[in-house]
Amino acid sequence: MTDVGLVAPSTQILAERRRFRVLRKLAAHRSFKIGLVVVTVLVLCAIIGPLLTGTDPTAMSIRYRFKPPSARFPFGSDQYGRDILTRVLYGGRLSLSIGFSVALLSGVFGAMIGVLAGYFRAIDPYVMRLMDALMAFPAILLAIGIGAALGAQASSIVVALAVAYVPRTARIVRASVLVIREMEYLQAARVSGAGDAHIIVKHVLPNCLGPLIVQLTFIFAYAIVAEATLSFLGIGPPPPAPSWGNIIAEGRDYSVEAWWVMLFPGLAVSLAALGMNLLGDGLRDVFDPRLKIET
Amino acid sequence: MFRTISVRLMQSIPVLLLVAVLSFILMHLLPGDPAVVIAGADAAPAAVERIRRELGLDQSIWRQLLSWFLNLAQGKFGSSLMLNQTVLSAVGERLPVTLSLAALSLAITLPIGIALGILAAYFRSSWIDAGVMAIALIGVSAPSFWIAIVSVILFSVKLGWVPSAGYAPLLTAGPGAWFASLIQPAMVLSLFQIGFLARMTRSAMLDVLEQDFIRTARAKGVSEWRTVGKHGFRNALVAVVTVSGIILSLLIGGSVVVEQVFALPGIGRLVVQGIMARDYPLIQGTMLLFGFAFVLINVAVDIVYTLVDPRVRYD
Repeated sequence: MTDVGLVAPSTQILAERRRFRVLRKLAAHRSFKIGLVVVTVLVLCAIIGPLLTGTDPTAMSIRYRFKPPSARFPFGSDQYGRDILTRVLYGGRLSLSIGFSVALLSGVFGAMIGVLAGYFRAIDPYVMRLMDALMAFPAILLAIGIGAALGAQASSIVVALAVAYVPRTARIVRASVLVIREMEYLQAARVSGAGDAHIIVKHVLPNCLGPLIVQLTFIFAYAIVAEATLSFLGIGPPPPAPSWGNIIAEGRDYSVEAWWVMLFPGLAVSLAALGMNLLGDGLRDVFDPRLKIET
Repeated sequence: MFRTISVRLMQSIPVLLLVAVLSFILMHLLPGDPAVVIAGADAAPAAVERIRRELGLDQSIWRQLLSWFLNLAQGKFGSSLMLNQTVLSAVGERLPVTLSLAALSLAITLPIGIALGILAAYFRSSWIDAGVMAIALIGVSAPSFWIAIVSVILFSVKLGWVPSAGYAPLLTAGPGAWFASLIQPAMVLSLFQIGFLARMTRSAMLDVLEQDFIRTARAKGVSEWRTVGKHGFRNALVAVVTVSGIILSLLIGGSVVVEQVFALPGIGRLVVQGIMARDYPLIQGTMLLFGFAFVLINVAVDIVYTLVDPRVRYD
């Protein structure tokens, strides 16, 4: 006789239930929802916004120099008569892609280094000392140095920032791997004859994904702010193609007479970073309430 | 105590050595030839060659690394190309500016950040909590150089309360002018740290306030002020000390940007100028000093940690 109620649910069903619980918790988390809305709106603006305004972000017009915000120029115009709203929308594409690429690169390399160091204890001390040494340099200085070495362009900023954030990501991944590798299910897998590669891909990686995603959300936020900072220091994506950072950098010289040139891209940077930070807070609360903020 | 300090210092030696190697590698990653930079763009090839030999750049990379270490062992950090002085004296000249900025910023950050964090935790889920967390989030989200520019327009240009740029030394210009020249940069610099510290303090306090000994303290009639301030905060302090190393390193990184906006002649500005001018020995030396400072700060934090929490030991 079979009693359905007494049969233990299969692992697949359990995993699915867990997934839904995470989603439900996220859906109930206020700051996660606010962050999701902010980020989604900004990403949509960056994708479809430029199509709607129908103006060229680099189109100059001497007649319309330094126009304050009005119906024609909702965010005003700059020293070349370019529409700031259009430039901010286009700049969002570049700035958000830079943030995303930095998070992706730091995630891939950070996870790789962290997993290897945490799993293969023999190489751990050497790898982590190297990461410690890299972290001894202020992230922004490291990025300035590498950015200056590679030349002022978007791709060198991505590399520079990724180098600065990989050690921080690796440390977090390693910390979770150290916990995971002592788990019983891992020993069970090993006893049943699974190889290192199988264990890492099937058991270790999926289980350190939570803290990793949380960390990458914060790195996304830092990277957007750092892009702006590097542009301000003259090592950003070069004009005339707009990024939030280089619009602010160009507007700085006229910040007293034409405050709108630097105000709106700055607000965009802050809003994007704020949204990502809120998202990260929500994910952290749901994935691991005890996880501390890392910078 | 002496044992703890010496053990912790010994442990940091490998990292210090690696930091030295990394600053060397970083300099060699920069494109361009330092010899050409020194000689000038249209110098004779012979002159460039002579300078290259003087700098030891004609030797193999391993020999250069070796001599970099030999010089370091003698306390020689090299000489700047653009300033005509040694890296140590260039840094020494600018140290008071950066230290003043950092000290003032820390004096603003610590009380405000901790107080906000405790308030938010104590009035959890109220409008106070929401308000504090909103301030903290804006603090960690808005780019500090942008806040700085907006702040200059508001407080220096429109209101005229404080100078918009420049540094007034404490000894020659007097404490009033010194304070006026630093208060705005220090506040801008503090904003991020306050946000960070308030969030950390809040989560540490939330953990502590749920503990049994807090309930016991309340039950036996200890005043609310003492319960939260003494029993609660003393225990949350451990977490706060843990992040103080991060706060100090954020402060170092942040000062690079803030010194740039406010034209403060500090070490951060020196490094940025050095990088822009391809002043290789200067970059190498200052990066190394930054790295050393960071490692030693962390050693100091760990030692303070053992004082705050006697259970922690380094062996």
